[in-house]
Amino acid sequence: MKAQSRFGAWLAIIVGSMYFLIPLLATFEFSLRMRRGTYSFDAYSVVLADPRFQASFGYSIMMALLTIVVGVLLVVPTAYWVQLRLPKLRPIIEFITLLPLVIPAIVIVFGYLRLYNSSSILPLTGNSRATDVLLLLGYVTLSLPYMYRSVDAGLRAVDVRSLTEAAECLGAGWSTILFKVIFPNIRSGILSGAFLTFAVVIGEFTLASLLDRPAFGPYLQLIGANRAYEPSALAIIAFVITWASMGLIQIFGSARASGRQKS
Amino acid sequence: MSISSNIDSGPPELQVPQRPTLSARMSGPGPASQIWNWIGVLPFFTFAVLFLILPTACLMVGAFQDARGHFTLVNFRDLFQGGVLDAYWISFKVSAASAIGGAAIGSLLAWAAVQGKLPEWIRPTLMTFSGVASNFAGVPLAFAFICTLGRLGLVTVLLKKYVGVNLYSTGFSVLSFSGLTLTYLYFQIPLMVLIVTPALDGLKREWREACDCLGGTAYHYWRYVALPVLWPSVLGATLLLFANSFGAVATAYALTGSSLNMVTILLYAQIRGDVLHNQNLGYALALGMILVTGLSNGGYIWLRARSERGRK
Repeated sequence: MKAQSRFGAWLAIIVGSMYFLIPLLATFEFSLRMRRGTYSFDAYSVVLADPRFQASFGYSIMMALLTIVVGVLLVVPTAYWVQLRLPKLRPIIEFITLLPLVIPAIVIVFGYLRLYNSSSILPLTGNSRATDVLLLLGYVTLSLPYMYRSVDAGLRAVDVRSLTEAAECLGAGWSTILFKVIFPNIRSGILSGAFLTFAVVIGEFTLASLLDRPAFGPYLQLIGANRAYEPSALAIIAFVITWASMGLIQIFGSARASGRQKS
Repeated sequence: MSISSNIDSGPPELQVPQRPTLSARMSGPGPASQIWNWIGVLPFFTFAVLFLILPTACLMVGAFQDARGHFTLVNFRDLFQGGVLDAYWISFKVSAASAIGGAAIGSLLAWAAVQGKLPEWIRPTLMTFSGVASNFAGVPLAFAFICTLGRLGLVTVLLKKYVGVNLYSTGFSVLSFSGLTLTYLYFQIPLMVLIVTPALDGLKREWREACDCLGGTAYHYWRYVALPVLWPSVLGATLLLFANSFGAVATAYALTGSSLNMVTILLYAQIRGDVLHNQNLGYALALGMILVTGLSNGGYIWLRARSERGRK
């Protein structure tokens, strides 16, 4: 009976891996077929040389980095403050940060278009600079669940109250406490939130497309509708980026765990 | 989506006794410090109200108005006209199929990795891969499945060449309901693995041994021990998966264009260029989506609280 259960487990894992690996293999194989009759990396060089790829990819990387900066500046002080002074507020903050998973992104952006249209009090869709800001803040909203959870897990693992009191005793002001004491202590939490945010923002389609900004997601969709081999090369590139982000989270996560074991 | 992996893992909150701390004394006693406390969370609440709550509330109000801004329920009656109702039905079918399939297969994979007595390296590999695959959604995922199961896809071609099965003559298409469900499973299964693994870890080995000692069979174990412990987690996760695919836009749009009439695609087209010829009907469509995803997420949160209570 034992052997039977192990056989079943192997079968599940093997069939599962086939389902997950075959599409990746197929995509990779397809991306190599651009030159007739032989395998080549032509599709990749065509994609990488496309100025629209460079522009949209650069734009999305910029957006992802800005989202991380704004998200961290918004979430870390709030989570710190709640932990220190207003623990009763924690369930409410947690609920709000989960809302972007409950309300689909397409609904949120529909709300933006209604609320911030060019005839409203705050016409954020009026010109492209302002729309960039709106897109950025939209991304911060979408990344709230990931960022808050990572930061909160980091904060729970350190004794915020003692750290703060020790810093205050030594005469530190609030900015010193926040940036020189709290930030370094929860660095791995912030980093894992940051990489998740990066993975979410870099290929995001709905917000960028409906706000009409030249991001990577809409570019992917456009290429997919018009080209044959380039989309598969782009899919492989996107998969590598996702894999890299998640790999970095694992590395920083395990660095944190082993660091704590040592101390 | 891999956030769910650390939902259950937070250590219990430290219960620090309320004492007059140094920081409280420094910021002054009484109401002044209270106000100061609230100022600290003001930026967050301002942000949440402006970019999350107001936009959503604004749509909700719009759903109850006609074009001139008067109160009406007509938009909701219009939701039940042919095309819109069809869209909801297709979205519902795809989400339900991919949620139930994802939950079943995901639980099976997680069970194999946790309880299947496989080599040590299987489990961390599966968890890392699930973290990646659950985030690999949207446009690139659609490309991957077109390369696999599209008309010229690898699997389609190989099946035709070596097995002699022409997938497309059986009526299958990657752009259809079954193709879309198969594609959605690619991020649903890993998400399920991430959510359900902690619950499976909670099944103690001794329980199985105790059941064996008392003469119970595998059926007795699953029927009277494992399933009663597991079902809130599994059902809750299924609801989360349902909401997850109900709100997905990019994969479906990149895969099917506008050939499949789903709610998200209909809403997308409506936002791009008023296809419903009634802005407020669009708001009602959005409100309907919030209701569906809100209810299933609410169910998830309720069941999760229940399963955590049961574990204590």
